[in-house]
Amino acid sequence: MRELRIHGRGGQGAVIASEILAEAAFLAGHYVQAFPSFGSERRGAPVAAFVRLDNQPILVRNEVYQPDGVVVLDESLVTLGLANVTQGLKEGGFVLLNSAKDPEEFAFLGPYTVATVDASRIAVEHRLGSLTAPIVNTAILGALAALSGWVSLAHLEEAIRSHVPVKPEENVAAARRAFEAVKIAQPTLVGR
Amino acid sequence: MKTVLKGNSAVAHGVRLARAQVIAAYPITPQTSIIEDLAAFVAQGQLNATFVKVESEHSALAACIGAASAGARVFTATSAQGLALMHELIHWAAGARLPLVLADVNRAMAPGWSIWTDQNDTLSQRDTGWMQVYCSSSQEVLDSVVQAYRVSERVLLPTMIVLDAFFLSHTHEVVDIPEQELVDRFLPPLELPLKLDLQRPGAFGNLVFPDRYMEFRYKMELAHREAVEVWRETDREWGRLTGRSYGLVEAYRMEDADTVLLTAGTAASTARVAVDQLRQEGLAAGVVRLRVFRPFPAAELGHLLAGRRRVVVVDRNCSYGHHGIFHQEVKSALYSLPERRRPQVLGVIAGLGGRDITVAELAQILLKAHRGELEPVTWWNVLQPQEELATAVASQ
Repeated sequence: MRELRIHGRGGQGAVIASEILAEAAFLAGHYVQAFPSFGSERRGAPVAAFVRLDNQPILVRNEVYQPDGVVVLDESLVTLGLANVTQGLKEGGFVLLNSAKDPEEFAFLGPYTVATVDASRIAVEHRLGSLTAPIVNTAILGALAALSGWVSLAHLEEAIRSHVPVKPEENVAAARRAFEAVKIAQPTLVGR
Repeated sequence: MKTVLKGNSAVAHGVRLARAQVIAAYPITPQTSIIEDLAAFVAQGQLNATFVKVESEHSALAACIGAASAGARVFTATSAQGLALMHELIHWAAGARLPLVLADVNRAMAPGWSIWTDQNDTLSQRDTGWMQVYCSSSQEVLDSVVQAYRVSERVLLPTMIVLDAFFLSHTHEVVDIPEQELVDRFLPPLELPLKLDLQRPGAFGNLVFPDRYMEFRYKMELAHREAVEVWRETDREWGRLTGRSYGLVEAYRMEDADTVLLTAGTAASTARVAVDQLRQEGLAAGVVRLRVFRPFPAAELGHLLAGRRRVVVVDRNCSYGHHGIFHQEVKSALYSLPERRRPQVLGVIAGLGGRDITVAELAQILLKAHRGELEPVTWWNVLQPQEELATAVASQ
């Protein structure tokens, strides 16, 4: 079983991202779970969402404590210290951040595979959301597909089309762009 | 058709497939998305029902009672304070023998305000005459809604379908949505024997003198007794049609289990993983999941639990001043077993107000029970008052 945690701010689409990823994995024949952090969410406040994937029915129904990977939709959650994004992250796990920086600049996160993609710029280029509040969730899922290999780009595209009511093709194009643009630093390459 | 749905959407699809004719409900977290989905089905023409918007849960159930009295198949959904506000009419619906189906997303009662799961809201309605079904997966939620209409309409008792807040209501997972034709074969249109009918005028809800009231109540009790077999048969029939059946209680790795964890809801699903782990370490552990709580499946429990060494009941609820409610009920059901066949029955109260119940905790509870280290009643993972005060002050 693989477990993912998605950090974001309320309104950025973390929960929808978890649902799209689960749908894509379902299309590939996996059993899935996707659920939000069980709080009372407010726009702009730190939120989290979770995904489980397995090739057999998933019986565990407690929260995710030791994810295999983490996705961060808003870099400021890390730079302002608002969320401990590596909490419980498994050894050998990955962190994917929405950031214009190179992944090496996040070496301080620890001995993990760190990847970055400028999902905000990609979203703006594809007219998703606004300049100040781009909707980055579909772009970052494209990068996640490339980084993790958990779902194929084709299944992701199909899941995006069925989940996104507005501008489905722009969202698909953003995911494709991020799939190509993601920058990955293996832990051995990160200066330690 | 297989798809990915959250528990609340699974409820809505069950209601759609059952062709409910009248829906009246008032929004409350974490139930709200059930009636949002249903409102969308009605607006899009996928469900030919009247959606009644009301000003409170009390009115919601009143509207349902009115519609059901006229012979309609009805549905409502609520949680916590909303269910409590319905309480007067919860009694009425059962006493009037109306086959309503209500989905309650378990939410802890306030104060302190909580939107998270525990079972005290539905268990406060235990003695009203409703049937209650506690679910542990989105698939089971959908299947149980459809089954509930068939059982309710057969025995003329209302059913509460119960699902954990968030752990089930908001968790997306793979669900097989049955075809409408299949559900239509399973669940024919409702024909109530007695209903409000202009051609056959009658009076409903009259004053009943002491010479008859008890007989009405005895008939309600007989209906519950009959419902045990109707649930068995209905579940078997659903199994024949869909390949999915659950029983009134569900047993997991019970063949040779000497230490048994008994619980309800999503914790019973997580408990299977704990049992798998303990089995690998050679401990003969098993899980019994209480699914249908009213009518109480005493025969099934007696059959499954007789002769086991220890049963530990994990309650996400409490009857204050006594024990966990499932603990009390299981213990009393097993008391009629011969003494040498009677297991020790221990109680653990856990997960109130949405606190997580993890695989590791359930494994630890089973292990402690196995080693005889568990008190008769344990409040699990709870701070003592002085610790609570100290940590509350420290966090300010």
